[in-house]
Amino acid sequence: MLGRTANGAYWMARYLERAENTARLIGAGFRMALTRDASMAQEEWKSVITTLGQAKAFEAAYGPDYAGERVWNYLLRDKANPGSVLAQIEAARTNARSVRTALTREVWEAINEAWMVLKDALARPVREGALGQVLAAIRRQATQVRGTFDGTMLRNENYNFTRIGTFIERGDSTARILDVKYYVLLPSLAWVGSSLDNVQWESVLRSVAGERAYRWLNAGSIDPRGIAEFLLLDQRFPRSLHFCVDKLRSNLFGLAHEYGHETEAHELLRSLSTQFHHTTIEQVFESGLHEFIQAFIKANQQVAQAVELDYRFYA
Amino acid sequence: MNHSPLCFDEMFAEDGSVRPAYAGYREWLHGQDAASLRRKGIEAESFFRRTGITFNVYGDDAGEERLIPFDMVPRIISAHEWRKLVKGIEQRVTALNAFLHDIYHRQEIVRAGRVPQRLIADNAAFLPQMLGMAVPGGVYTHIVGIDLVRTGPDEFMVLEDNARTPSGVSYMLENRETMMAMFPELFTKVKVRPVSDYPRRLAKSLAACAPACAGERPTVAVLTPGIYNSAYFEHAFLADQMGAELVEGSDLRVVDGRVAMRTTQGYQPIDVLYRRVDDDYLDPLSFNPASKLGVPGIMDIYRAGGITIANAPGTGIADDKAIYSFMPEIIEFYTGEKPILANVPTWRCSEKDSLAHVLEHLAEMVVKEVHGSGGYGMLIGPTSSKKDVEAFAQKLRAKPDNYIAQPTLALSTVPIFAKSGLAPRHVDLRPFVLVSPKGIDITPGGLTRVALKQGSLVVNSSQGGGTKDSWVLED
Repeated sequence: MLGRTANGAYWMARYLERAENTARLIGAGFRMALTRDASMAQEEWKSVITTLGQAKAFEAAYGPDYAGERVWNYLLRDKANPGSVLAQIEAARTNARSVRTALTREVWEAINEAWMVLKDALARPVREGALGQVLAAIRRQATQVRGTFDGTMLRNENYNFTRIGTFIERGDSTARILDVKYYVLLPSLAWVGSSLDNVQWESVLRSVAGERAYRWLNAGSIDPRGIAEFLLLDQRFPRSLHFCVDKLRSNLFGLAHEYGHETEAHELLRSLSTQFHHTTIEQVFESGLHEFIQAFIKANQQVAQAVELDYRFYA
Repeated sequence: MNHSPLCFDEMFAEDGSVRPAYAGYREWLHGQDAASLRRKGIEAESFFRRTGITFNVYGDDAGEERLIPFDMVPRIISAHEWRKLVKGIEQRVTALNAFLHDIYHRQEIVRAGRVPQRLIADNAAFLPQMLGMAVPGGVYTHIVGIDLVRTGPDEFMVLEDNARTPSGVSYMLENRETMMAMFPELFTKVKVRPVSDYPRRLAKSLAACAPACAGERPTVAVLTPGIYNSAYFEHAFLADQMGAELVEGSDLRVVDGRVAMRTTQGYQPIDVLYRRVDDDYLDPLSFNPASKLGVPGIMDIYRAGGITIANAPGTGIADDKAIYSFMPEIIEFYTGEKPILANVPTWRCSEKDSLAHVLEHLAEMVVKEVHGSGGYGMLIGPTSSKKDVEAFAQKLRAKPDNYIAQPTLALSTVPIFAKSGLAPRHVDLRPFVLVSPKGIDITPGGLTRVALKQGSLVVNSSQGGGTKDSWVLED
């Protein structure tokens, strides 16, 4: 497999995952804003943009006015925003197009269709009444690509590089959501019980599609510590950091098995994985939640960079 | 049914009866209703969009992806007609290869005075770098597209030879797939020779041209200029169907005396490069130094026998329309036979008498640039205004060497599904030919291009032409 092809498959997956995560984050922000007065709602929208690392660019374009409709249109479709969902879907499709020979026809068609459907859905500004539908369409298209990918791809190097892209991106995204909310939520870790913070926590769960799973596991009680544990360390939840690390591990070792040797990326991943296996939520809070998340984001990036180098993504 | 009495219609005879090759199709058609056929047409278009069978447009709408319109009425060729075409094409392609070998070696044909020296030496498509080179397997044109037109029941003529990198074969394959998906019952009723094994035949033919240094299973790669090239879909499609890597210039470099591609596990040598990049961009060290699409040093490796380049650099000279006008002589010179397929009569404007004749009859002729392609820069006398004809005459007088002229042919027609029902439109046919030391292999059928505008003679997709599925019937 060509290094450039591995690179294209990897980025296709990252962009798709990012588009879906952005849609989920907007959905959670929208729900939060509905339960707030106008100025608090603006705070919510600001926090969504901050999580996505786009606050600077947004303010450069529109100033500090975080009106909801402006924010979600900026995040979904603004031409001035190279990180909009539409731009991400386009980037995913361009990457898929450049590596068509590495994908099954069905995967390619699913991505091409996602692009056609969403380009159409995002052709005009999205009004409040249509936002729910648009976000659902983004999630559904991403799900269809994932489904055809799962159902038709040979489990070989192509598959592994694509999945590595998915889980690098997903781990990074969950970590960033937690890290932004962490400041808001910090007091409630000691001082449990305020209903406002419960809403905040629920919104965090919602932005990673984890509210139902968490409630089901915890018989409906909202406990900040439990939620942090769920999102960081639960190996069963498909958007937790630990789950992403496990998946990276299995895909990286799939490559080692196919190629007959390990690389720098395997070393890095092994130590990250060991750390997750031996960490309890008590230890995380003792040494600092923020520090833990920052360390994860950095380690995750190092794995990504090692993969790019080890497998000759660039000339 | 309005069809022009001047043109030969391939489906209907003058008396309105259906010709034998179309009898089975016509019978099936009678059982269909127009509304459901129209629905199928819309289905076909959404199918093409979904699968991304598009071409990129250069110029004003750069970056846009467009569909080539597809018409549902097949173009049908009988087994008997096809047999004759095959003989003619084999003869022509054999002569083309012999000609290319000759002009890059002893130039016997020039010495014999059959083709003028200046047409070779002064031709931009002639590459001195290829002189004296022994190409692997002796093959220059591994893949050829011969453009044929028809003017009567038994009159097929060659309009053009595409000896560089003929495109369109993916449409031949996808058009058939589409027809089979839309009308499966049609194919149980009419026995059509399959085309779907073209990619396998291409892979086999290319592998048979591998250089001596290749192993038992030669590594074949397709070189594309990238996703913004107008034919990118086809490059990806063919690589995918052949199970070959699709490479770009940035993936390749010279390593240990071989051209190698950067894989996830290091550089791996390539034996056969099916390049869809023009000669000029192939090697910045030998040709255009600004090229980023090629591989620095590939020509040295090629000369040393380390790689097969398909088609060989310098084959473009055989595409040249001035050379085309000599094809009857070229065929006779190398095969000792009369051409089975005729050329379209051609006036070389570089010759004084011819120029005078062309200028006098300009309004009735088609004038083409010698090095042009894609239907650009040409004059179609009968459909041009007086002013345009006059302006073209100026150009012609200023640079007569740059043009050839042909009579405006009464191209055959095949019906399309127009809004009002079946309506005749002009067509051509491009069969695809594979050449290897093991022989010449022609896939039964090819790409039929159709001018969708009533009366139009221009079938190029860049000028509003469409395509049809092309059938060769079983015996």
